[in-house]
Amino acid sequence: MRSFWRTLDRGTLRDIALVCVADAIVGASFGAITVSGGLHPWVPITMSVLVFAGGAQFAAAAVVLAGGSPAAAVLTGLVLNSRLLPYGFAIADVVDGRRWTRLLGAQLITDESLAFTLRHQDRQRRRAAFWTCGLALFLCWNAAVVLGALAGTFLGNASAFGLDAAFPTVLLALVLPSLAERGTRNAALLGAVIAVAATPLLPAGLPVLLALAGLVLAGRPPRKPATQVAQASPVQEVR
Amino acid sequence: MPLLAIVALGAGTYLFRLAGPVFRRRMRIPDRLRQLLSDAAAVLLVALVATAALTAGHGFAGWARPAGVLVGGVLAIRRMPFPVVVLAAAATTAIIRFAGVP
Repeated sequence: MRSFWRTLDRGTLRDIALVCVADAIVGASFGAITVSGGLHPWVPITMSVLVFAGGAQFAAAAVVLAGGSPAAAVLTGLVLNSRLLPYGFAIADVVDGRRWTRLLGAQLITDESLAFTLRHQDRQRRRAAFWTCGLALFLCWNAAVVLGALAGTFLGNASAFGLDAAFPTVLLALVLPSLAERGTRNAALLGAVIAVAATPLLPAGLPVLLALAGLVLAGRPPRKPATQVAQASPVQEVR
Repeated sequence: MPLLAIVALGAGTYLFRLAGPVFRRRMRIPDRLRQLLSDAAAVLLVALVATAALTAGHGFAGWARPAGVLVGGVLAIRRMPFPVVVLAAAATTAIIRFAGVP
């Protein structure tokens, strides 16, 4: 632990800083968009501390703002965050040790902290990368959401500013990198068609969950080389 | 959004995160499941994009919003910076609305 901060090279530290800045921008927009959309400022702020997963936060808020039930919002967010399950297995070694490092470290597992951890082989460096990225992101993200939420209270009429278009655009920007593979893309497009077609018929929030039926299309045999599977970065979240 | 819902989402998410550090010596995740979970996330997000862009309540959202999302999507594909993408989408929608198209 003595040379903890020196274990990371300058390049890694710079990249972590860049990711923090990028995520802070997304966090600020999350706070501003949700509050100007009509949610009380404590909703995005509490959500950011407890959930700490940008995609799921945006998704759950979008379901609620569209008139969906809280249960549908929770379910949507949980399906999105189920991808964190394999992450925990991939980086379990870096949070090993005392009980509290495991409990605290778990909350810091994100797309970004996973990516920075997997960059290194050496255990000491993996640990340093994970904790530096995880803690820095947690601070930046939550501070940015608070500032954004405060700014959102001054924005007023959201639809005059076109802020209702900002929501789907953020989600689109988040999901684009994961659509590079054709199987995933086809499943997602089929799911989208199902969801839009079901919208006039079902209560808000359910059509999006029904889109998971599109996964049947993705239920193809894995024919990619193993290396590609390993790095198949899921929703590349700009948390 | 009630506090209970936020706590439930947070708790469920935390359990997904904690499972690996707690159980990794006793089990491992099959590659098929790994792929399925990441596909599920992509499918949900795209469905959210589609419904949030095209629908309001049980009907069509009007042309202004999808037009803005389309502009944002094109800029995102061209790897423009995130703030540019989001502001361009919002501005497009606002301008079209200002011109009188809902």
